[in-house]
Amino acid sequence: MKTSLAALTLVLMSASALAQTVPEPVPVNEIFTAEQIGHGLSKPTPEAGKTAASPQNAPQDDGQWTMPSKNYASTRYSSLNELTPATVKQLQPLLSFSLGVNKGQEAAPIVADNTMYVVTAYPNYVYALDLAKPGAPLKWKFAPRPIPASQGVACCDVVNRGGSVDKGKYIFNTLDGQTIALDVKTGKPLWRTQLGNINVGESITMAPVVADGRVYVGNSGGELGVRGWVIALDEDSGKLLWKAYNTGPDKDVLIGGQFKPYYTSAKGTDLGVKTWPPDAWKIGGGNMWGWMTYDAELHTLYHGTGNPGPWNADQRPGDNKWTAGIFARDPGDGTAHWFYQFTPHDEHDYDGINEQILLDMPFGGSMHKVLVHLDRNGYVYVIDRTNGEVLSADPFGPVNSTKGVDLRTGRPIINPEKQTKLGETVRNICPTASGAKDWQPSSFSPRTGLLYIPHENMCMDWMNEQVNYIVGTPYVGALVHMKPGPGGNRGAVTAWDPVQRKPVWSIKENFPVWSGTVVTGGDLVFYGTMDGWFKAANARTGEILWKYKVDSGIIGQPISYKGPDGHQYIAVLSGVGGWSGAIVSGPVDPRDGSAALGMINVMSDLPKYTTAGGTLYVFALPH
Amino acid sequence: MSSRFLTNCMIAAALLSPLAGCGHAGHSGDAVAAAAQAGTEGVIDSALAPGLNHTAITTDPRAAAYYDNAEAVNEGKRLFAQYNCSGCHSNGGGGMGPSLMDSEWIYGGRLEQIHQSLVEGRPNGMPSWGGKIPDKQLWEISAYVRSLSLPQTLAAQNGPTPSQTPAPVPRSADQDTGWAPPPGTTNDYGATTLGPHE
Repeated sequence: MKTSLAALTLVLMSASALAQTVPEPVPVNEIFTAEQIGHGLSKPTPEAGKTAASPQNAPQDDGQWTMPSKNYASTRYSSLNELTPATVKQLQPLLSFSLGVNKGQEAAPIVADNTMYVVTAYPNYVYALDLAKPGAPLKWKFAPRPIPASQGVACCDVVNRGGSVDKGKYIFNTLDGQTIALDVKTGKPLWRTQLGNINVGESITMAPVVADGRVYVGNSGGELGVRGWVIALDEDSGKLLWKAYNTGPDKDVLIGGQFKPYYTSAKGTDLGVKTWPPDAWKIGGGNMWGWMTYDAELHTLYHGTGNPGPWNADQRPGDNKWTAGIFARDPGDGTAHWFYQFTPHDEHDYDGINEQILLDMPFGGSMHKVLVHLDRNGYVYVIDRTNGEVLSADPFGPVNSTKGVDLRTGRPIINPEKQTKLGETVRNICPTASGAKDWQPSSFSPRTGLLYIPHENMCMDWMNEQVNYIVGTPYVGALVHMKPGPGGNRGAVTAWDPVQRKPVWSIKENFPVWSGTVVTGGDLVFYGTMDGWFKAANARTGEILWKYKVDSGIIGQPISYKGPDGHQYIAVLSGVGGWSGAIVSGPVDPRDGSAALGMINVMSDLPKYTTAGGTLYVFALPH
Repeated sequence: MSSRFLTNCMIAAALLSPLAGCGHAGHSGDAVAAAAQAGTEGVIDSALAPGLNHTAITTDPRAAAYYDNAEAVNEGKRLFAQYNCSGCHSNGGGGMGPSLMDSEWIYGGRLEQIHQSLVEGRPNGMPSWGGKIPDKQLWEISAYVRSLSLPQTLAAQNGPTPSQTPAPVPRSADQDTGWAPPPGTTNDYGATTLGPHE
């Protein structure tokens, strides 16, 4: 017994030396409390009205799921209520369908006219399944054949975040930078438009937004010195209507007389040039690879902007506009209306591309048209979407890189102790580079008034390194090692009250929760875990009511829809990967903690829990 | 030095800050000539050699100078970071590109095979650097990459970042003749079962 214990200790020690064990969590006293750094312009006034999305942005639920965000408000709320805390215990898998691709599957299945559409990670197959027939047989499969070399410019696995169905078309993007519209009946392309160039490092992973006769697309490449842009295409022809860059002179950013930012720091001429060293804006990132939202009520397009490049902030003194912030634009011509920068001069890879949820919400005694944004930098922002004013900003994850948001200037209060340095490792920075939350979208229930946030609890050590720009190659310049946040659970699902500005409940998960959430009319929240569990929680209490183990970890977006038989169905893709799952889906070695941009240091144990896969699962009650 | 090389080298230099060396004309000229010669036979990537009972290998005489050469691996390590190889392959563990510190080689792990991958690029995302980075530097990077999975280099790791002191590549590391049956098996392609006996 004694001998074997000694041997075990020896094994553990040698594993530790090779970074194969997960580091110790950051102590809780390293981070700030919500009371210390949360700020609002006014005290909560819930009596002023009920929080809900407007009918223009969240029309009455037809039981379909035609866009990843469910509706323009991006609530990801399904009103179906056959599944309840009582009935969910009988939920069963109805069918599974192999996607034929064992990479990170981040897409939402789409349901329209009794057909389900799924787009996979590279090579971006699209499947159409007939829900009206037993076993949902394949109607067609489309293989767009993106150029294989595009895998070499995808920063964080070869993912795809989904497509949308509108007017008889399924519209999606490919890793090598195409937007393609397929005829939903035949699976044949109606048009395909090449938007990105892999030889300058561009790729596309985001889900296009289709609204108002236009298709809105943005590029990826923030780790390769790619200049970020957003494009609108004509929905019928695929022809370019407008293109707005997220760095550079005002004429490129489509900033003109209509531009009325709320805060002084965004006012001036050509700030997209002046807030950078000479010409650095040309290779400065600010990519739009996450969520855009079309506001059908205010006829406005909102989109975030990604991290500035390179990660080494010493090489780009200045605010680095218009990166790590959010634009409101005219969807017709792209003209900017306002901009707000979550993280000026980002030093920690805090992209601003997470979801915006459009709500009517009581604040300061009256109802406001707000967008709620859960940023990588760790704050829940409630922003007046008519003018870009921040009404409140509260931490929802571990934060010490800033000491709150100054609501007079809109700027985060920098914590100098966690500023990154050239050649010197700064330890225990929270949140980590992938954020208190990454792209994985939250949901909102009008029944509970709560947001359901899938998120991370991770921190990091960071050292800046000088980096050269070589076109088409990574432009990062940082040695990063991630670690668990306080408590050691690397992920959580938190129910957040945006009016009271505080959490109601939180479910701790061992791994970062990299799947989206969906909330239903039966007060259930569904989400998946990276170790392969698909779970249903009580939306009011956070109690786990049901779970099912699938073939591989889940990082996709679950949906809820009404089948041809009138019953409620739940669907999700398995297939672990993405940045956090690269240790399983990519040929990555756990002995290098700095691998996959420092993510491997905190995820080296994932291969013990799951393997690569890629499967569509559909669940229903027995009937 | 061909004019094409000069042009590409200038492009590379223009892209790099601080300026990377472009190698000496004599070296580059030799390299181009040798590459042309090696190109007639190519570098074998596959362990499948129809009709043979062992793996066929090619040896590139240019590789010889980079074995048992501490300066080459150290210089290769510096260049690996300078040319952003580390952006995809990290400190050997991979990320956007595959790990280089394990024993799996998609396109071959001999020094000349690694060099060939750098020169030609590979279809799933490895850029081609032939003519863009001086050939001597490509050999030095190859030597560093070959060193990453050496037991000596792995043993020198201390902490969550792989070894920063890569071991020189011993000539013996690439002297096996490629694929052979695993230890403990019998190399008897003519095996048949006799019996069962009464």
